[in-house]
Amino acid sequence: MTETTAQGPPRGRPEASKGTGGRRPRGAARTGSSKPLLGAVGVMAFLGTWEAVPHTGLVSARYLPPASEVLASLARRATTPGFWTAVGDTLLGWALGLAIAFVAAVVLGFALGALPRVRAFTTSTVDFLRPIPSVALIPLAVLMYGTDIRSTLLLVVYACFWLIYIQVLYGVADVDPVAEQTARSYGLGRLARIRHVVWPTTLPYLMTGVRLAAAVALILSITAQLIIGSPGIGREIAVAQSSGAVSSVYALIVATGALGVLINIGVRALERRVLRWHTSVRGEATA
Amino acid sequence: MSSQSTAPSTGSRAGASVRRAGTKVVHVLLLPALLIGLYAYSSANSDSYYTPTPDLIAAAFVELWFSERFFADVLPSLARLAAGFAVSAVLGVGLGVLLGLSTRVRALFEPVLEFLRAIPPPVLVPLMILLAGIDDSMKVLVIVSGCVWPVLLNTVEGVRAVDPVLADTARCYGITGTTRLRVLVLRSASPQIMAGLRLALALAIILMVISEMFASSSGLGFAIVQFQRTFAIPEMWAGMVLLGLVGFVLSTLFELAEGRVLGWYRGLRAANRGE
Amino acid sequence: MSANSAGAGAYTGSPGATTNHQGERPTMLKVTGLQKIYNGGASAVEAVRDLTFDLGEGELVCLVGPSGCGKTTLLKCIAGLMPPTSGTVELAGQSVTAPPPGMAVVFQEYGRSLFAWMSVRANVELPLKEKRIPRGRRDELVDESLEAVGLTRFADAYPWQLSGGMQQRVAIARAIAYEPQVLLMDEPFAAVDAQTRADLEDLIRQIWQRMGVTVLFVTHDIDEAVYLGERVLVLSSSPTVVQDDITVDLPTERDQLTTRQDERFTELRARVYAQIQQAKNGTGADQDAASVAP
Repeated sequence: MTETTAQGPPRGRPEASKGTGGRRPRGAARTGSSKPLLGAVGVMAFLGTWEAVPHTGLVSARYLPPASEVLASLARRATTPGFWTAVGDTLLGWALGLAIAFVAAVVLGFALGALPRVRAFTTSTVDFLRPIPSVALIPLAVLMYGTDIRSTLLLVVYACFWLIYIQVLYGVADVDPVAEQTARSYGLGRLARIRHVVWPTTLPYLMTGVRLAAAVALILSITAQLIIGSPGIGREIAVAQSSGAVSSVYALIVATGALGVLINIGVRALERRVLRWHTSVRGEATA
Repeated sequence: MSSQSTAPSTGSRAGASVRRAGTKVVHVLLLPALLIGLYAYSSANSDSYYTPTPDLIAAAFVELWFSERFFADVLPSLARLAAGFAVSAVLGVGLGVLLGLSTRVRALFEPVLEFLRAIPPPVLVPLMILLAGIDDSMKVLVIVSGCVWPVLLNTVEGVRAVDPVLADTARCYGITGTTRLRVLVLRSASPQIMAGLRLALALAIILMVISEMFASSSGLGFAIVQFQRTFAIPEMWAGMVLLGLVGFVLSTLFELAEGRVLGWYRGLRAANRGE
Repeated sequence: MSANSAGAGAYTGSPGATTNHQGERPTMLKVTGLQKIYNGGASAVEAVRDLTFDLGEGELVCLVGPSGCGKTTLLKCIAGLMPPTSGTVELAGQSVTAPPPGMAVVFQEYGRSLFAWMSVRANVELPLKEKRIPRGRRDELVDESLEAVGLTRFADAYPWQLSGGMQQRVAIARAIAYEPQVLLMDEPFAAVDAQTRADLEDLIRQIWQRMGVTVLFVTHDIDEAVYLGERVLVLSSSPTVVQDDITVDLPTERDQLTTRQDERFTELRARVYAQIQQAKNGTGADQDAASVAP
């Protein structure tokens, strides 16, 4: 849960290191050993409650099938190729959308970050477009692309682009002028300066943007499938719901949750890798 | 010329400020004007049925939303949004404080929470329809079940990060119980809480719209989908524009509120950076 | 308050007179057999071992010791922020188990001990509100204490708008407005620049003389300890015991320039320094002695 602040403010991560956060001792060391155990107890209790509630009749099993039934249904589905095709479609929309947004945002972000005079003309437009919920584009996507994957991509790219773009701009703005001038005085060319000064400073911001965008991309990829009906887990859920297959709905939701957890873990691992290198280099430079 | 010779400094200063204001106006308006112009030009010269000219969209916008439809479709949507957001905020902050203050409780719930927050909230829409039907309570439930997580998790982080020196100071001066919660814990966690609320707001708008798109008989999302299905294209665009405006206005309002709540935090950070 | 300042005035009448703290005044703070062991599972660390000392009412005592000797641990135990492993702390005859209402603490980390979201005035006022002091009296106390530290003009500023030294003044104002019986200060000036530090030292002397509050001032700076204190307690290295108890027989009216040039000041300073050197080097011998003595 240590990573969750970064879930929060787009600017959160880099700010936290400068603000009040940082050096205090993390949590109580004595609970360290019992922590996974408590977590396991929590999971068991959660599953146990889920199992027990429908059996006691507190909530009808029609609306909340017991955990065992849902997990069995998920296991059954996991043996069908259709399930994995749906997972693949969802991941494809996610990955492709994220990649397009990433490239576009990095290119535009660095270009406009380097050209503050041009950037001044774009600020009002960006500030207006950014908070527009991407779901507003759903009808347009339907009309233009139907249930094609391009519908999914339109929503994913629109939502993710702003998240990453804004982070890149923050990152470029955070470049230490002294470092920049030092690089200049040693005769580093424009490209070398970008490589050795601007890029390393921007990297943590960029990673924050990517982490936020990865979660948002999954949300919108599934939204498009759910509402527009492009292929993927979202559509499977809509189908299961309209045919009244309650335990299937639950099973697929659990599957999306698992997908979400995997994506979170993957992105965090990536960020740790990238930024560990980064902090070590930086630590040397500033110490 | 004569004025320049008598008061050169004030004259040039006034001139400069006028010029600055002029530049500002150009900065703000140039690109939007260009984009709208470009759209107007291409839509007028294209025979695509899907891209009506701006004047058609504007006319549809006025006709649609300056009528009783505003009360029938827009206000209910906003009311659900407000209710869902408010419940998420209270629930998220409340549970977040509980979890943040106790290491054990946190360890107990962490894996479960990690899973629950990873579920993409839109998939809860079909589920909530099963559980609660398609009325208002379903939509509010959808919003809450999706928005509570960012608030909760950010609050936990914020509460955990309360400065130990400040906590000791509060104890020394006998600041305990609810006062401690009010003046110390919630205030020092407020930057993270606000960040969580900001995410929750964006999510709440999305969930409001898709819960209405998926199954509803009223609301902004419902109306937009209706227009699209009946090929009322200018109206559909008018709906999209309104939705965009709602997003923009709410986020601006939120920023204003945030500025008030976190004024101290911005100042503190600026001061730390200056040193 | 006036009675106490009269008491302090008695010193001025007989400069150089050694005062036996145990004899003349009633005991305000009594630390007996204090021991603190940090339980890190297998590796227990004894930070403080068997500390015994006491402070008479209205005394200004400095605790000085080599760095890492457990000064902060000791202070936290006295403040009731941390339970000692064994031993007792008594404030005016009452056993301290939680932060007592009669005690105020000024921490070294001024930036982190002030509420960044409150104005200077609100920071000073907050503990008084918690004490349920009526409005009028509260305003009086806040005004007086801000006046005493020279921050009246900055009452409505936020702490982070002030310099480090001024922030520490806010913390001091908050402490004195609280009207404590004992004021604990944990290396309060370690993080401010030298000039500010000298000003703040004089401020503390001035407040102490005016308000007659009992002060326990923890520092690692020998000069500061001798300049400020009426008595200096020298602590040994960890595990900590009281190595020496030195009465500072300098005149009550002190001055950064003349006092520090005073021959007696130099002597005392040398004595404390020697004790600390001994504390640093003689840890092993000291431990042997401690284990043999009982």
